[in-house]
Formats: sequence, structure tokens, C-alpha cells
Amino acid sequence: MSNEELKSSITGLLPSVAFEEGGEWLNILIEPGDWLSLAQQLRKDEALFFDYLFCLTCIDWKTHLTMVYHLSSTKYRHTIVVKAKLDRNKPEIEAVSPVWRTADFHEREVYEMFGVQFLNHPDLRLLILPDGWEGKNPLRKDFEDPVNMIRL
Amino acid sequence: MYRETEIIKEATPGSNGEAGVFTINVGPQHPATHGVLHLVITLSGETILKVEPHLGYIHRSIEKMCESLTYRQFIYVTSRMDYLSAHINNHACALCVEKGMQIEVPPRAQVIRVLMDELTRIASHELWWGAMAMDLGAFTPFFHAFRERESINDIMEETCGARLTMNYMVPGGVMQDIHPNFQNRVKEFLRLYKRKIHEYDELVTGNIIFQNRMKGIGLLTPEDAVSYGCSGPTARGSGVSSDIRKVLPYEIYDKLEFDEVLETGCDSFARYVVRIREMQQSIRIIEQLIDTIPEGDFQAKTKAVLKLPKGEFYTRVETARGELGVYIVSEGGTTPYRIKFRSPGFSNLSVLDHIARGSKIGDLVAMMGTLDLVIPDIDR
Repeated sequence: MSNEELKSSITGLLPSVAFEEGGEWLNILIEPGDWLSLAQQLRKDEALFFDYLFCLTCIDWKTHLTMVYHLSSTKYRHTIVVKAKLDRNKPEIEAVSPVWRTADFHEREVYEMFGVQFLNHPDLRLLILPDGWEGKNPLRKDFEDPVNMIRL
Repeated sequence: MYRETEIIKEATPGSNGEAGVFTINVGPQHPATHGVLHLVITLSGETILKVEPHLGYIHRSIEKMCESLTYRQFIYVTSRMDYLSAHINNHACALCVEKGMQIEVPPRAQVIRVLMDELTRIASHELWWGAMAMDLGAFTPFFHAFRERESINDIMEETCGARLTMNYMVPGGVMQDIHPNFQNRVKEFLRLYKRKIHEYDELVTGNIIFQNRMKGIGLLTPEDAVSYGCSGPTARGSGVSSDIRKVLPYEIYDKLEFDEVLETGCDSFARYVVRIREMQQSIRIIEQLIDTIPEGDFQAKTKAVLKLPKGEFYTRVETARGELGVYIVSEGGTTPYRIKFRSPGFSNLSVLDHIARGSKIGDLVAMMGTLDLVIPDIDR
């Protein structure tokens, strides 16, 4: 599907969606509250069929956090990027691990690195960091660790 | 320190009415995990109920480190992620910077890059094959694999100056021209290799004991493979067409003749066969290019200080283990604002629990081996 067709299909699913072009792929900006229902529809819709979540990450913009989901379809080979802006002090978004199983590990990684709470995640706890790191989020921009961090 | 206690409590006989449920640890120092991977396995008798990977023993926070390194420097760190595919990691990063700066790579550099990538792929699969056979109790294949891998390492050493973490790809091309011996040595390697590759099948693939151990275990349906984000030979063993070289060709892969290896067995043996056949496809690619390396520059002229324009750049390449994604968010400076490495091993590992449940503990190593895990790639 071309970007224009994708735009009209996705607007049909969620009218409040905003688009951003210029990058390599079509960017879709959504409110965090709309994410789970949109995700389920993107996955299920026969014409869209986004079955492959190939990247899930977060960016700390100092004023807010942005969740970034790269989605692709193994059937139609089209790609979109979904972005949701989160409150930096209380970042919360619905987990999509029931929709794409790969999100399980990736969401746990974002949880420990950025402190994003994934609502209804089946097993939200530290994955890479050892115990005792809850609440310290190394990939946030204001993270300081005088012992383990080497300034280059 | 970790949550073994919780799991043990859960699994204590009587607590859930089931007798004989217990927990064992595999790793972090275990020969079959090929690195410091820690698996907590809940068993009922010999049957696996749950496999829980505990990661992070070799986490260096490469993504955070890269935020303070310039676009020339950060590439060197990425050799330390998937150290068996160091060239391909570097390649992905170089491609991402080139995409951002719109640098044209000279044809000679493109061909050298693809040659290096494919040699790396062979070397990586060789190591996997030797280690895989060793996990299953066959020691000899390891020496056969390392004999051939050694010649690739020698070729790398001559041209790149290093045997493992080459750091040869730079934005704009490759660091230096190939060694005058390069072409001859690669051709010599091909001659040797083609004489030997049938030995792999004779020694291991066709071995009935090996086949009995590998067939029908670690079943992964195509839908699950995609849902778990599997890529590379792990996904292609389930018949999912996922080779980035074919799906989204980069460099000169669209002009080359090679087949995407797909198997539909969905089990450990299918994943094994994919890797064996992929080595032959890599040989095909090298043969097409080795005599026709174009003359010209090996590096495009670039500024001393690279600055990526404001924006987001994403590249996907096919490493020996699967799809590597490099996601750079730039604010227009000389260092990335945020960088994310979508490593193939991380997603491939997440499927282990799913494929191992219900099988016997003795099969775990045969399943894990075919995922081809490289721990620094998972932990980053």
C-alpha cells in the first residue's frame, strides 16, 4: 500500500490520528490512550496486516518521552512508524505484548531503561539490569552514575 | 539476587498440588550457552514447564555510550555487539550515517563491503556449526569448522588488520584498500572450501543420530516466528521470507544472483539446514564478485567532522543471525541524540521459552543451538 492509501485506511480506524511525512516511512502520531485498540486493528485488518513489530523503543526528549513502534507487514511489505508522546513524570501506555509477542521483551527493556509503565503487561520487571535498579533509568538524559559511567 | 527464590517457591512440591516440580539453573557459566546467558528452567520431571532467560551479564549500555561518541567513533563500539558479524554491524551503522548525510559510496567500496559481509557470514556460520555439533556431543566438527574459519580470519587480518573486531567499514566506504593478496587468497579459500563443504553433510547433516535428535523439536510456526520478531535463519527455518538482502536490498545485493534459503520444517533441523545452505549461497555471491572488483576509490570524500541533519534514520541489514536495525535520532549535532540497535539475537532469544515448553530437558541444547545466540548481541 502506498503512503496515501495507508493514511486513508488508518484515518478510517482512528480519526484523531496525525501524520508526519518526510522521513523514510509514514509516521503516525497518536495519543497513548488510543494505542491498544489501534494496535489490535492494525494487526487484524486484512488490508493492513501489520504482523511484524521490528523495533520498539523510546526517546527521552527531556520535556517528554516518545514511544516509537516500527511496524511492517510480511505480506504486503509496507511499513509505518507509530509514535506516542508520554508524560515524563508519569509515563504510561498500554502494553502490546498480547498483539505482538516480541513486545514482551522490548517493553521490559524500555521499562527498565526509561521507566515507562506498560499497563497490563504480563510480566513487567527488570530484564537486563540487576535487582536494585528499579526507578533508576539509565537511558534517560538526566541519568547520572558517578561509579559506572565514563564521560568521553 | 535474582528471582530464583520466587520461582522455587512457586515450584515447591505441594504448593501447587504438583509433586516433582523443580527449578534448575543453566548458566551463566555453561558451555552450551556460549557466553554468559543464564536460564532458569522450571521442570516437571524431565519436561520443561518454563524457561526464563536472565540477561545482562555482559550489558555495557552501548546505546548510552554511543550518545557521547561522534558518527565516526560510534561504529567501533558496534563491533563488540555481535562480534561474529562485526563487519555487518559496522556496515549497518555506516549505511545509516550515509543515509543521513546522503553520501554516495564508490562502486569499489560497495563490492568490497559485500565481499567482507559474505566472508563474515560464512565464518559466523562455521563457528555456529562447530559449536552446535559440539553441544550435541560431536567434538570433531568443531575442528573442521575452525580450520576453514581460520583461513577467513587470516584474510581479514591481512586486509583489515584485525581478526575479529575489524572496524573496517567507515562512513563513505572502507577504511583502506584491500591487500594485494586479497583476491588470490579468497580464491584459494574458495577452492579449499568447496572441497570441504560436502564433508559437513557427510559428518553431521546426514548422520542419522544427529537427525533423530534434531527433527521434530523446537517447533515454531511461521505466525509465531513473525509475532516473536524472529528473523534470519531462525525465521527462514519456518518458511518466513525475511532475508533483508532480498526484501529490502541494500548496497549491490539487488544485482547479485543468490537464493533466499527457505525451509518449511519449522523445527531445529530446518533451522540447521538453512544455515548450511546459506553458506553455499554466500560462496555464490563471493564467486560473482571476486574477479570483478571495480577500479576506483575505496572511500568517498567526506568531511572530517560528520554532522547528521536533524531527523530520524533507520537502516536494516541482514547479519548472520538475522535482522539488525540501526535507528539514529539526530538533533543536527556531531553525536547521535539517541541510538537504538535492534539486535536479532534479542528477539530470537525471546522465542526460546515458547519453543521449549513441553519438551524434554535433553532437547534444550539442541533447540538453543539452532537459535545461534551471541550473548553480547543480546545484552548490548
